[in-house]
Amino acid sequence: MSEEKSERHVLAVLVDNEAGVLARVVGLFSGRGYNIESLTVAEVDHAEHTSRITVATSGTPMVIAQIKAQLERLVPVHKVVDLTVQAPSVEREMALVKVAGTGEKRVEALRLSDAFRARVIDTTHTSFIFEVTGTPEKIDAFVGLMRGLGLVDVTRTGVVSIARGPEAM
Amino acid sequence: MAAREMTGAEIVVKALVDQGVEVIFGYPGGAVLPIYDALFKQNDIEHILVRHEQGAVHAAEGYARSTGKPGVVLVTSGPGATNAVTGLTDALMDSIPLVCLTGQVATHLIGTDAFQECDTVGITRPCTKHNWLVNSAEELARVMHESFHVATHGRPGPVVIDIPKNVQFQTAEYKTPAQVSHKTYRPQVKGDMSAINRAVDLIAAAKKPVFYTGGGVINSGPMASQLLRQFVKLTGYPITSTLMGLGAYPAADPQWLGMLGMHGTYEANNAMHDSDLIICVGARFDDRVTGRLDAFAPHSKKIHIDIDASSINKNVHVDVPIIGDCAHVLEDMIRVWKSKVSQPDKSALSTWWKQIETWRGRKSLAYVKSDTSIKPQYAVERLYELTKDRKTFITTEVGQHQMWAAQHYHFEEPNRWMTSGGLGTMGYGLPAAIGTQVAHRDALVVDIAGEASILMNMQEMSTAVQFMLPVKIFILNNEYMGMVRQWQELLHGGRYSHSYSEALPDFVKLAEAYGGHGIRATHPDELDAKIMEMIETPGPVIFDCVVEKMENCFPMIPSGAAHNEMILGDDPEGATVTEAGKMLV
Repeated sequence: MSEEKSERHVLAVLVDNEAGVLARVVGLFSGRGYNIESLTVAEVDHAEHTSRITVATSGTPMVIAQIKAQLERLVPVHKVVDLTVQAPSVEREMALVKVAGTGEKRVEALRLSDAFRARVIDTTHTSFIFEVTGTPEKIDAFVGLMRGLGLVDVTRTGVVSIARGPEAM
Repeated sequence: MAAREMTGAEIVVKALVDQGVEVIFGYPGGAVLPIYDALFKQNDIEHILVRHEQGAVHAAEGYARSTGKPGVVLVTSGPGATNAVTGLTDALMDSIPLVCLTGQVATHLIGTDAFQECDTVGITRPCTKHNWLVNSAEELARVMHESFHVATHGRPGPVVIDIPKNVQFQTAEYKTPAQVSHKTYRPQVKGDMSAINRAVDLIAAAKKPVFYTGGGVINSGPMASQLLRQFVKLTGYPITSTLMGLGAYPAADPQWLGMLGMHGTYEANNAMHDSDLIICVGARFDDRVTGRLDAFAPHSKKIHIDIDASSINKNVHVDVPIIGDCAHVLEDMIRVWKSKVSQPDKSALSTWWKQIETWRGRKSLAYVKSDTSIKPQYAVERLYELTKDRKTFITTEVGQHQMWAAQHYHFEEPNRWMTSGGLGTMGYGLPAAIGTQVAHRDALVVDIAGEASILMNMQEMSTAVQFMLPVKIFILNNEYMGMVRQWQELLHGGRYSHSYSEALPDFVKLAEAYGGHGIRATHPDELDAKIMEMIETPGPVIFDCVVEKMENCFPMIPSGAAHNEMILGDDPEGATVTEAGKMLV
């Protein structure tokens, strides 16, 4: 068991949007010692009061299966889909990246943001805020490049993911 | 359908009545006064006043475990709720259906650190199957009925409903159970037929099979025990059980190997280790059962029937998982078994049984008898002999006495054995006995206890006296926290750090102080007569059975060892624990 390699998986969890449901999910991860690499949550069906939680986690295949089973056991959880196993799926994350600077570096930051198809959503004479969307790796790369060009602040949404093809989760 | 509005407190009581609740265990306080007022005005539900909220939860567990019905608890906010936490955790670990109602400060005070406020749903979230904070009386009837559904369906467990005091005063329309159905919670009870077919093929082809059963069979209800007996008889295979599963299969039957695990029998553990097929029914491969995981039943295939999918492959990889209720799955298995032509390999089975008989011949539960002092095993044996022909329920505390009870008291029926398995809660036995006695007024209910454990919830003796519940507390008094002392002997060079029970009360006088009857036995010759005196006493009894102090509980799989590396009572020389084993609990 212990020799199995740890893998990253993205799980989609459809839950009743009721008080405490996020605490239940997060408490399950912390209480049983599972990792959370990122977690996003928002209501997806206002009429049905359901929210979708996307959680990126890592573990051996046995641990991932446990996480899925433990999540399914929670009373307000409707459905859990392992989007990594049920590939192909697409993943996106958004980041807001604030870069401060003047002169050459400021021009370079703007030029690179264009290459990453980042949008400038706010600017002053000495700063930009970029909005960049993509896979977590792409955002890592963009933030890494900005580090040398006056990066002062970054905030990320965490990954959201959805399966390809015509079916619902 | 009366459209009359009721107060929240009235809705609570009405919902309990409609759910068939006859008795609740509780303790009043400021935040539940309206519910207590509603209880005062009715006669359908009996309220058992405990002396500590932990006692209320364990009593409800005893009630639930001995009847198969959910236990109900009513406590106040703050300390009432926090005192209930140990019992809730205990019920979660052992899958006992409970509905625990807690009072809460009024909704406008929540979050202000009000008097006797605590974040009850936050605190109890990880120790309940589910919990609710009720924000208005409108939701109350629905939540009450849903809570019973959740507690009793799927893998049973405790639920908490936190009810702010103003909600208890608000009025709303009542909804009957028929008007409420949970939106989504529908656990699977029928097993997958293709998995059942594969399992039956494996069972028929096995040469060294063993049934390994657990508390899930008891929780599933009496039908599961009946079907288990039928299937085990049909196959002719040996059967062992966890601590929680005792009684599902009759101990008097020759196919019964006794309990398995850390203090299980030599034959049960060796059969597990050498088996080529383990048929796990409603058990969860707990660490007390498996011992060292990488040496657990190394040559066996495993079938696992469990209603909780998260139990599958949690500790041990299984070959054929079947998610479903034990009774439903066993019923299908028996039908498939009967329809198949393939029958077990008779000669292989006979060789297997011969091997098992040699292990059984080792008599691993034997102990050195004494003419001068009462051996704890002897005390349990005599208790068994003198009570086995009555309708007897046994509860225990936690420690050596618990294991001796499991080894030397033999159960023929399910729901007769109430013990804290998963959490291992000292102080469980007396309140559990009280809850059991409430459900079975005419039965004999004995708490086999240790002198240390019993003091953890001793106050419940008052409850027993108040409600004329004639529970018998049978203390195996060795003046030590015996299991702690035993581990200190095996693991820590006999340095008995804080495990001696100093300054013990005189249990006979203590019984009298509570208004019960006290008995003391110190010599084996007087034991039988005194046990009879205990049985014949109409009220609660504390029996101080003064036993051999340094007796150890064997056989034992030491921590970090495999099933075939047991320490036996007549050969404790090999009693060593590896460095890795010392890290384990």
